[in-house]
Amino acid sequence: MAGSGTAHLRDPNQMLLRVENLVVEFPVGRKGTVSAVSNISFDVAEGETLGLVGESGCGKSTTGKAVMQLPRPTRGSVVLDGQELTALSGEALRTARPRFQMIFQDPISSLNPRRTVADIVAEPLNVWKVGTAEERRARVDEVLGTVGIDPEAAASRKPFEFSGGQCQRISIARAVITDPKLIICDEPVSALDVSVQAQILNLLEDMKARYGLTLVFVAHDLAVVKNVSDRVAVMYLGKMCEIGPPDDLYSRPAHPYTAALLAAIPLPDPSIDPGATAHLGGELPSPLNPPSGCRFRTRCPRAQDICAQSEPQMQKVGEDHYVACHFPLETPVAAPGVH
Amino acid sequence: MSDQTILGAPQPSGFPESGPLLEVRDVATRFRTGRGMVQAVNGVSFVLQRGQTLGVVGESGSGKSVLSRSIMGLLSSNAERTGQIIFEGADISDLSPAGYRELWGKEMAMVFQDPMTALNPVMKIGNQITESLRFHLGMDKNEAKETAIALLRAVKIPEPEQRFKAYPHEMSGGMRQRVVIAIALACGPKLLLADEPTTALDVTVQAQILDLLADQQRERFMGVILVTHDLGVVAGRADHIAVMYAGRIVETAPTAVLFREMQMPYTEALLSAIPKLNQASHTRLSAIGGRPPDLINPPAGCAFSPRCPYAQERCHVEQPPLQESPTTPGHYFACFYPVNSPETKAAKERIAVEQLMATAPIDPRPEGA
Repeated sequence: MAGSGTAHLRDPNQMLLRVENLVVEFPVGRKGTVSAVSNISFDVAEGETLGLVGESGCGKSTTGKAVMQLPRPTRGSVVLDGQELTALSGEALRTARPRFQMIFQDPISSLNPRRTVADIVAEPLNVWKVGTAEERRARVDEVLGTVGIDPEAAASRKPFEFSGGQCQRISIARAVITDPKLIICDEPVSALDVSVQAQILNLLEDMKARYGLTLVFVAHDLAVVKNVSDRVAVMYLGKMCEIGPPDDLYSRPAHPYTAALLAAIPLPDPSIDPGATAHLGGELPSPLNPPSGCRFRTRCPRAQDICAQSEPQMQKVGEDHYVACHFPLETPVAAPGVH
Repeated sequence: MSDQTILGAPQPSGFPESGPLLEVRDVATRFRTGRGMVQAVNGVSFVLQRGQTLGVVGESGSGKSVLSRSIMGLLSSNAERTGQIIFEGADISDLSPAGYRELWGKEMAMVFQDPMTALNPVMKIGNQITESLRFHLGMDKNEAKETAIALLRAVKIPEPEQRFKAYPHEMSGGMRQRVVIAIALACGPKLLLADEPTTALDVTVQAQILDLLADQQRERFMGVILVTHDLGVVAGRADHIAVMYAGRIVETAPTAVLFREMQMPYTEALLSAIPKLNQASHTRLSAIGGRPPDLINPPAGCAFSPRCPYAQERCHVEQPPLQESPTTPGHYFACFYPVNSPETKAAKERIAVEQLMATAPIDPRPEGA
C-alpha cells in the first residue's frame, strides 16, 4: 500500500471533490511528527459515494476530517466544486461550510444533550439567518419528517430521550438542512445494532437521492461499505492501496491487503470453516516509524526485496480499478459486461 | 498451535466425565432501577456439553451479556436472580462470594468485550496472570512466572519474556485481548464465557483472536459460551446457537440447522438485515422497523410482535412458548406463526406486492428545499 501516485484520478472538471497529495501530520513528543495520512489522492464525482475502508489507525477518519478542514491538512490540495478549501481564510471557509457537512460515529455524543431536537436541527439555519423564523420552523419539520422522526412528538425533546438510531437520524437531519453538496460520514453505523444499521443505510440512500448528495463514507466494515458505495478505496497506514468499483474490487481484489481483509470477514454461513482460511498475521506497524517502500510489506505474503526498496505507484488493473502494488494478485482484465 | 501445552495448569479433568458441563434452568435476572424493574433475562434455559460452543446472539438490550454475568455470578447489587445454574452437577445458583472466588478462574473464566478496561492499568501484565496461578494453584513465584510466560507464548504474544514486564498501555488492543485470554486460561477452566470478545477489534485481528480461542478450546476441551451480536462470528464457530430477544431465547438449534431452516421471523430478519459481501452494491437492505422493546414495560404477547411484519392478532396477546420443532428434534423456537407457516407465507406475499407498488421512483426534490 503503500502507494502513491495519481493515475486513478479522473477528469478534474467533472469531479465535485478532488483531493491531491493530502498529508496530515501530528506533532509527537518534543519535535517528532507522526504522519497519519501520507500522500493520498482521490476524487469523487457528483452524486457518487466513495467508501473509505481500512483498519483502525489507517488514517481513514483523518482523511475525512482533513477534507472538512478539521484540522486543516499539513500539505496537499482539497478542491470542492472548483474551490480550493485549503487556501480559504477563516471567514471564507466558514461561509463555505454549509456546502460540506459531516455525520459522526457516536450519534449520542455528537448532539448537544442540553438542547432540544428542534434547536439542534435548526441551528445551521439560525447561524446563516435563512428565511424567517416561521420558514425555518417549517423547514426543520420537513427535514425531520424525511429522516423518519415525527416533528410534532420530537421537536421539544432532548437527545437522551432517543435511541442511538434515532439520534443518528437527527444528526442526518442536521447535516442535510443546509442543503450541502457533500457529506462526510465517519463510521455512521458502527455504533448501531444490525437491525438499526440497515434502517440508517437505507435512509442515507434515500437522502442521497432526495437531496442530490455526494457522500464520502468512512467505515471499517467492508460489507457495509460495499452496500453504499459507487467506488471503494482501501487504506493502510496512511496510504491508499487500491481503489475501484465495489463489485469488481470485492470479487477480484488486486492488492494482497484487500484480499486479506476480505478473507478475515466472518460470514453468516455455517458451511464455511473459518479455521480453514489463512488469516493475516501481525498487526499494523507503528506510523511513527513506517516500513520503507510498500508499507504493507511486513505482513504481506507476496513481499519481495523490491517492496522494501521502492514504493509502488498506482497502476490500472481493470476498468476504473487501480492498485498500488508491485505484485498485484492475478491481474484482472477489464472484462466487458462483467460488473 | 499446539506448539505449547500449558504448564502448571491441571489438565482439564472433564474428559470422559458424564453429564453436561453446564445446565441453566429458567434463569431470570431483574434489575431495580429508578424507573422500575428491568426484566433483563426472563426464563432462559439451556444445556452446554463439555468441549462444545454455544453462540448466544442478540442485539444490544437482548439480555445476552446479563445472562453470561448471571452464570458467572457477576451481577451488581441491584440485581435479583432466580432459577438454577448447575455446573458439573452441582447447583451454584446460591453460592456465596467466597464460593464464587473458588470457582472463578479455576472452573469458569470470562473474557470481556473491552480489553482496554478489563486489565488493571497500573499492574504489569505478568503479575495479572500470576495472581490467579498463585491463589488457585498455590504456585511459588518462579513457577508462576514460567507458567505465565508459557501462557503468553500460547496466546502468541511475541517476546513473552519481555512482555511479562509490560503495562497494558504499552500494548495494542489485539495484544491486550490476548493477555485477557491468557488470564482466563491460566488455571485451566472448564467453562469459558466470552462476552463480545472481538467487538472492539479490527476484522483481521478479530479473525486471529477467534482462531486462537478455537485452538485453545480444542486443546483444553473447554465448554465455551460465545456471546456476540454478529451472526457471522458464530456461524462458523459455534456448535449450537441461541438467539435472544428481550431477555428470552426465541430460537435455538444446532448451527447448521438454524441457518438452514430458521423458524423465528426475528432470526430471519436479523440475518437479512446484515449487508452481504456477495450482494451487489446499493442492494436495498431489509431493515427491521422500530426498535427493541422497553424491558420495564415489555409489550404484551410476543415481545417481537410490535416489529414483526407477520404478526397476527394472537401474537399481540399471548406469549409463545419455546417449543421443539415437530420435524427437527433439537430445534426450538418461540413463535405461533413460524417462517414457513401458511399464515406467514401469505403475509410475506402480501408484503411483497405492497413493496412492489411502493417502489415507485423517489419523489423529486420538494419545491423550495
